[in-house]
Amino acid sequence: MATFPEYIAQNEERDGVRFSWNVWPSSRLEATRMVVPVAALFTPLKERPDLPPIQYEPVLCSRATCRAVLNPLCQVDYRAKLWACNFCYQRNQFPPSYAGISEVNQPAELLPQFSTIEYVVQRGPQMPLVFLYVVDTCMEDEDLQALKESLQMSLSLLPPTALVGLITFGRMVQVHELGCEGISKSYVFRGTKDLNAKQLQEMLGLTKPAASQGRGPQTAQQPLSNRFLQPVQKIDMNLTDLLGELQRDPWPVTQGKRPLRSLGVAMSIAVGLLECTFPNTGARIMTFIGGPATQGPGMVVGDELKTPIRSWHDLEKDNAKFMKKATKHYESLANRASTNGHIIDIYACALDQTGLLEMKCCANYTGGYMVMADSFNTSLFKQTFQRVFTKDVQGSFKMAFAATLEVKTSREIKVSGAIGPCVSLSAKGPCVSENEIGTGGTCQWKICGLDPSTTLALYFEVVNQHNAPIPQGGRGAIQFVTQYQHSSGQRRIRVSTTARNWADAQTQIQSIAASFDQEAAAILMARLAVYRAETEEGPDVLRWLDRQLIRLFMFHLRRSPFLQVFNNSPDESSYYRHQFNRQDLTQALIMIQPVLYAYSFNGPPEPVLLDSSSILPDRILLMDTFFQILIYHGETVAQWRKAGYQEMAEYENFRHLLQAPVDDAQELLHTRFPMPRYIDTEHGGSQARFLLSKVNPSQTHNNMYAWGQESGAPILTDDVSLQVFMDHLKKLAVSSAA
Amino acid sequence: MNVNQHTPMASPYGQPQPGYGQPGYAPLDGGYPAPYAPYNGPASAYQPGAPQQGYSPFTSFPSKAVAANPVSDLSSPLDLGPARGPPASGAPPVSAPQPYNQYSQSQGDMQNGPPLMTQAPPRPAVSQPYNHGAVNLPGPQPSFPQHYGPPPSMQQVTNQMTGMQIASGPPTPAGPGYAPPHSSQPPVSNAYSAAPPPSYTHAPPPVSSAPTQPPPPSGPAPSQQYYGGPPPPSQQQFNSSLPPTSQQQFTSPAPPPSSQQSFPPTSYSGPVPPPSQAPAPQVSQPQQPFPPTQPPFSSAPPPVSQPAFVSGPPPPAQGSFPPRAPPPSSQPGSFPPPGPPPTSLPSGQYTGPMPPQQQPPPTQPSPYHSGPPPPGSQMPPTSMAQSNHLPPGPQGPPGPPGPLQQHPPQPGMPGGFPPQQNGAFGQVRGPQPGYAGPYPGQPNYGAPAPAPAPAPPAQKRLDPDAIPSPIQVIEDDKAKSTEPFTTGVRGQAPPLVTTNFQVKDQGNASPRFVRCTAYNMPCTADMAKQSQVPLAAVIKPLATLPQDESPPYLVDHGEGGPIRCNRCKAYMCPYMQFIEGGRRFQCGFCSCVTEVPPHYFQHLDHTGKRVDCYDRPELSLGSYEFLATVDYCKNNKLPQPPAFIFLIDVSYNAVKSGMVNIVCQELKTLLDYLPRENPEMDSMVRVGFVTYNKVLHFYNVKASLAQPQMLVVSDVSDMFVPLLDGFLVNVNESRLVIESLLDQIPEMFADTRETETVFGPVIQAGLEALKAADCAGKLFVFHTSLPIAEAPGKLKNREDKKLIGTDKEKSLFQPQVGFYNTLAKECVAQGCCVDLFLFPNQYVDVATLGVVPVSTGGSVYKYTYFQAQTDKERFLNDLRRDVQKLVGFDAVMRVRTSTGIRATDFFGSFFMSNTTDVELAGLDCDKAITVEFKHDDKLSEETGALMQCAVLYTSCSGQRRLRVHNMAVNCCSQLADLYRNCETDTIINFFSKYAFRGILSNPTKAVRDTLVNQCAQILACYRKNCASPSSAGQLILPECMKLLPVYLNCVLKSDVLLPGADVSLDDRAYLRQLISCMDVAESHVFFYPRLLPLTKLESGSLPVAVRDSEERLSKGGVYILETGLHLFLWVGASVQQELLLNIFGTPSFSQIDPNMTSLPVLDNPFSERLREIIDSFRAQRSRYMKLMVVKQEDRTELIFRHFLVEDKSASGGASYVDFLCHMHKEIRQLLS
Repeated sequence: MATFPEYIAQNEERDGVRFSWNVWPSSRLEATRMVVPVAALFTPLKERPDLPPIQYEPVLCSRATCRAVLNPLCQVDYRAKLWACNFCYQRNQFPPSYAGISEVNQPAELLPQFSTIEYVVQRGPQMPLVFLYVVDTCMEDEDLQALKESLQMSLSLLPPTALVGLITFGRMVQVHELGCEGISKSYVFRGTKDLNAKQLQEMLGLTKPAASQGRGPQTAQQPLSNRFLQPVQKIDMNLTDLLGELQRDPWPVTQGKRPLRSLGVAMSIAVGLLECTFPNTGARIMTFIGGPATQGPGMVVGDELKTPIRSWHDLEKDNAKFMKKATKHYESLANRASTNGHIIDIYACALDQTGLLEMKCCANYTGGYMVMADSFNTSLFKQTFQRVFTKDVQGSFKMAFAATLEVKTSREIKVSGAIGPCVSLSAKGPCVSENEIGTGGTCQWKICGLDPSTTLALYFEVVNQHNAPIPQGGRGAIQFVTQYQHSSGQRRIRVSTTARNWADAQTQIQSIAASFDQEAAAILMARLAVYRAETEEGPDVLRWLDRQLIRLFMFHLRRSPFLQVFNNSPDESSYYRHQFNRQDLTQALIMIQPVLYAYSFNGPPEPVLLDSSSILPDRILLMDTFFQILIYHGETVAQWRKAGYQEMAEYENFRHLLQAPVDDAQELLHTRFPMPRYIDTEHGGSQARFLLSKVNPSQTHNNMYAWGQESGAPILTDDVSLQVFMDHLKKLAVSSAA
Repeated sequence: MNVNQHTPMASPYGQPQPGYGQPGYAPLDGGYPAPYAPYNGPASAYQPGAPQQGYSPFTSFPSKAVAANPVSDLSSPLDLGPARGPPASGAPPVSAPQPYNQYSQSQGDMQNGPPLMTQAPPRPAVSQPYNHGAVNLPGPQPSFPQHYGPPPSMQQVTNQMTGMQIASGPPTPAGPGYAPPHSSQPPVSNAYSAAPPPSYTHAPPPVSSAPTQPPPPSGPAPSQQYYGGPPPPSQQQFNSSLPPTSQQQFTSPAPPPSSQQSFPPTSYSGPVPPPSQAPAPQVSQPQQPFPPTQPPFSSAPPPVSQPAFVSGPPPPAQGSFPPRAPPPSSQPGSFPPPGPPPTSLPSGQYTGPMPPQQQPPPTQPSPYHSGPPPPGSQMPPTSMAQSNHLPPGPQGPPGPPGPLQQHPPQPGMPGGFPPQQNGAFGQVRGPQPGYAGPYPGQPNYGAPAPAPAPAPPAQKRLDPDAIPSPIQVIEDDKAKSTEPFTTGVRGQAPPLVTTNFQVKDQGNASPRFVRCTAYNMPCTADMAKQSQVPLAAVIKPLATLPQDESPPYLVDHGEGGPIRCNRCKAYMCPYMQFIEGGRRFQCGFCSCVTEVPPHYFQHLDHTGKRVDCYDRPELSLGSYEFLATVDYCKNNKLPQPPAFIFLIDVSYNAVKSGMVNIVCQELKTLLDYLPRENPEMDSMVRVGFVTYNKVLHFYNVKASLAQPQMLVVSDVSDMFVPLLDGFLVNVNESRLVIESLLDQIPEMFADTRETETVFGPVIQAGLEALKAADCAGKLFVFHTSLPIAEAPGKLKNREDKKLIGTDKEKSLFQPQVGFYNTLAKECVAQGCCVDLFLFPNQYVDVATLGVVPVSTGGSVYKYTYFQAQTDKERFLNDLRRDVQKLVGFDAVMRVRTSTGIRATDFFGSFFMSNTTDVELAGLDCDKAITVEFKHDDKLSEETGALMQCAVLYTSCSGQRRLRVHNMAVNCCSQLADLYRNCETDTIINFFSKYAFRGILSNPTKAVRDTLVNQCAQILACYRKNCASPSSAGQLILPECMKLLPVYLNCVLKSDVLLPGADVSLDDRAYLRQLISCMDVAESHVFFYPRLLPLTKLESGSLPVAVRDSEERLSKGGVYILETGLHLFLWVGASVQQELLLNIFGTPSFSQIDPNMTSLPVLDNPFSERLREIIDSFRAQRSRYMKLMVVKQEDRTELIFRHFLVEDKSASGGASYVDFLCHMHKEIRQLLS
């Protein structure tokens, strides 16, 4: 067997799973002593270009409470055509279609390399994808123009059969009827009054398509489109014109006021519209907002400009009068949307806050995207938005809809909960732990929107009693069953089955320790911390974290925007946490501990410590914090550049040096979603603050003379440096040990 | 009755007058008896007077021709009632004649009455009178005159409803004669009542028999009429019944030949025996029943003397009768034959109506004494009496002769027309404008039982020609008003609304702006209360003036705004008295002294007038405008130009009927004609469009758009405006987009299946749009159906015919939900005026839907069963006019008065949030507001009473203005002065509005009774305080109120107060609301339609109208009738081919398409002129009148007949004659 790191990498590559421990303590008692729980980061749609979808349906364990899927870990009796479920030990007959099965003629799902396998469900209608644009019109003309162009562009990226709809809002909310000749029609709703689905249905004159789920495919296609949601191919031109004619909200905004923006109602109507027409069908509500909701349900701030949008300070003082109500409104919307399998994306582009704090659940519960930018007229938005429609090699969108994730475990272990862009389906079962972590109490979660990087943190509890030893060679197994609507409209089921060895903590502590996956554990704990931070009071979380962790990156985590709200707006915090909770391990690590590369004439680019001592005058630094890609030119380099040496033929090497980080940055920019903010700065530049705030302040104005001036740049902060932090930790560890 | 007669009288009298007038007067009182006796003699002699008939026509015509007569008439009227008559001894001659006529009739009636009563004598007299009228006139007349002399005056004013009197009061006086009859009749009546029903059925038979049996039928008929007279039906019944009961009775009565004979002698003996008998018998028959009475009468012979007559109210009746009598006589011969046939027809026709009447009869008995029914009953008596009297009348006064003559002529005519009798009468009258009437009238009564009835009823009844004729009054006024009317003289009543006249503003508002009920107000509240004459003004602040009168000047008093009295805030006007060398002025209203601002100072001349008096409109004119300053604006902000919003129902019905298409097409051109003050400029008015069914569709028609955008608001429970920019636009800027929209709307909804509509949210939408735009404006709502869709203001169908006539009826006129009242209030606050165009196919609850329009100064238009083809023109013309007409927005009207009176009540389309300010979201040039005044102190004769009506409004260009109308009237301490300067048309306008509002809170019947009572009190007060003493049996009407009964009857009979079975609740509510904002001219023609004969048309002048009675229609003629809402072209069944060719281009009556709505354009002078006339009628009215061609005896004639308001209406409304009798009875009761 290879080393643990190799093993881990291989598992991640194959199943999209990384466990905090790769050998599990065999009893509950031991497990609890381990501090870091048995947990996994699971990426349900981990890209597997090599994985051919299987055109039949999975074979399920016949036990009603189990229903586990036949997998390579099952024991198969080829003669009797029986297989034993490795979760409940139920013996099951193969279905008739497996009559030809034998050792040499195994179905794919029994092959070990197919521990992750994808089935295509042939039953049921092929549902079209639905994209509903919800567009704010209260913005500057430039912004609106940029947004309109982006939207028009996006039409060309949609599959021709996809249904699109358009809702615009400002003071009023307009639901546009598509495909009408001559006069364009829209249904208008007042922005201050919430409507339930039934009211909306009446007011829009919608008839519920009977084809909710179980209807035959033949009737499905026709009634599926309605006046508000029509196939792109049909109303492409119409919608393009319509978008082209979009005007700024015409209602006058008097001096000292914010425009009245009925975001809450607009989203409510969007949710209601889909609820009425396409329940349980994959659909994306893409919300583009240029500012905070200022009226109606979901408003986060009044229209008086003199009243600023709530800050963390206000929240702490319980001084944000709209926050609770608005949050409740968006939560209910998020729940409705997730119930129906609909995704809510939020593209918020404004210099000020837009209410992401209140709305975060919309994206978080439904697996939607949350994108924050300064303006729709930035490449950050434009490219990010474009990247939403990225396609894979097969030409399918890299997105999946209306997924449910079910976790099945062997008897010794139970699932405590999940943290990620999901909601509970409240499915009780034998494998559900009473001990909840994150979204718990269920073994099934709904993930309305999935993409290949969407990663959930799943926490488990070892329930095996100390006095009930596990038989030698016994393995704990966990099966992840993800049913989802592929972007082609097919329903698919991806099954990943994974197993780990048990070990007695008293006798095999070494092997357990060796199996520890530091990175995964860090992210898992960070997620837990963030989850707590969101649901509990801030300082307590830090304290909890301090008690729990003694790890390097935790120093950065403590300083990260995921936990620290200082200097961040509530919206920003929400945004960062959102991203953190859904990105895969690598990205998450970057988020916590940014990567810093140094470029100099001294050698090839090298990663350097995220420390103020790394900031040298003759270096170019490239920092990737996930949200930002920053190129920092050291003082000397900056001067050279200013002097224009790169233009001179004899200094071509300098030109190359300047270009190298830029190229690397571009590469990062092209792959990352959402697109990071790209910053090009230099010593003394205002944007350099992004760098300075991240590095370990080993040199500050307090101690810079102690360290000498030969290297690094002092950071003006009162934060303790890693050195101090570590010293303190050590002290604590010793004292606590004692 | 006599009152009317003036005209007829005049003519008849004309001749007699000479002799009459004076002689009559002198002898009058004493003379009567004597004259009478002689008369009788002569009369009888005359009876043969058949010649008279022949003559009469002549006389009648001549009489009319005689200028003197009319003059006399006029004068007499002016003189006012009897009181004056007498005083004007000098005048008497002139007046006398008129009076005479009346008198003659009345007296004649009286006399006759008695005579009749007395039997032979009276009758003879009667018959004679006529004859005399024609022939003897000179002789007898003189004598009469004497008698009449006093009466004459009386006559003018008073109509002695002998019959009436008899019936009611008569019991005693007439009683003898009639009372008995009644009493005796009771049986009869019973019989009648019983008979009635059968009568109809029977009726036909009798009719048929009639011809052969002329006498008998007539006999019975008369009797019937007499008795039944009041209840015409009964008469018919009689006829019918006659066979059985009545006949017996009759026969018996008839047998009493003695009695009859006695009578017959009078009237018919001559003619009667065979044919004439009919009349005679009739008479006699009545007598028969009467016989008993007659005896009394006979004893009464004394009655013969006028005294008797006096009691003789009968006499007046007689008067009428006589005329009839003659006709009868003539008829006898001719009639019998004609009578029967026509009769039969009529009877047949009538039978229909009759039945209902019959039913009434039964009730009548009781009513007799008390109720309206009594009129009927009374009527008969009256007629009886009249008949009796008539003879005398005729005899005595030339006037009578006149009438008589006229009648005779008619008779003659009838003779000519024999067959026509029924129709003939009408026709006859046609020819003889005024005269034919009598018969017809009677026929009407008798109408039910035409054949038999005709003669008899005629005799017994009041002669319709003898009662005050609206036509005559109108014509007289026209003749009188040749000079421009100057408003400078305080207390001068203007010409009637039917007269064309020019106005010169000399300090009081033009009557086009303000008309008062009384131009001489009583000084004290007591007097006012005693007289019961309503003190009110009908104000039409933005009235359109004719081309030759200049619109009110616009005065700008600068930044300080208009100069006003410090205390009462009255605006500067001619009544402000400048004192202290012009440094101050004293308010004419409250007497407070106010400093003159320096910039307004001007020196006074030696008379105390400012030297710039004539340079300043506000100091010299009655009407002018001020430019208002920002202080007069809402929120102290100058107003924005107003906006028009068109809200179009696009539900299934609306699309199907073609309405949507028509509106959209029309708007495309109509939008170029939005109101503007300067024709050179584009209109400032912005427009917006909304369509709706269950949801609302707003349209963005911003100029920059290539295509309009539709914004659907389906959340109707909480209406809002979905857009601001692009909704209200300037027409010129957005023309292309708007046209594109209007082209597409019909297409978009062509296939709609939505049948439900909302209404409340529609108005809310318009209101919100105006609010959002911060301007006033007008909503044009085109709506089809009851709004049953779930929304605020949702209604349910509550039409329940069972409630009609009950105490709950009033609830049907009240809005069924309070929502619209609240909404209306909001609309008014915003200056949002709502015009509602309804296209219902069924009940839409106009009472509720109309709340907002009515409260906001808007209009409701209703096109029931709208069909694009036939109603398009009417609708489009209404729409065009409605869009284009001058309108002010966000208006507040305040009426200030001089100390002593106060404006206490207001009627019209507006909203009031306090007791003084009339708030009108919109005020257009057709809207009138009626204001009632009450005393709160004494007025002085010297200063008179002043009123100033100030209307603050926003013009269509967004300018804030104040329009001021000033009016000064005299005050009097003598009631007579009050009665001398009243304007009946205005009083009726007030009464109708008062009553129509009353039905919201009172049972309809109570409202009707109140009206009758008040009218009776007015007239009784006059009789008691102003008329010269005369017999209680005389009906004396003030000259300027002599039409009060007839007009009031029209109000009482209107669909609102007395609905027929086919009148829907919506129609009633619609009319109720419509009338509440009518001005006097409109209400006048509405209640008393204009009916013109079209036999000959001259360019430049209209033919003289005829009275609204079927009798006036000639079968050979074509008539046009106009009510302001309807326009009929009635074509007689035997119309001349030439006429048909001229009008319709077809030679055949049967080829006339009854569905045509416009006349074919033919190249002949007649057709051209006729179309010209029709166009001019339409131009005069605020609403376009659809032309309806009615062929005689066609089904549609029923509708037409409804507007013949002097006739008994199908819904049970009394005929003019009946009502007059009833009124007389009421008055007598009040007096006794």
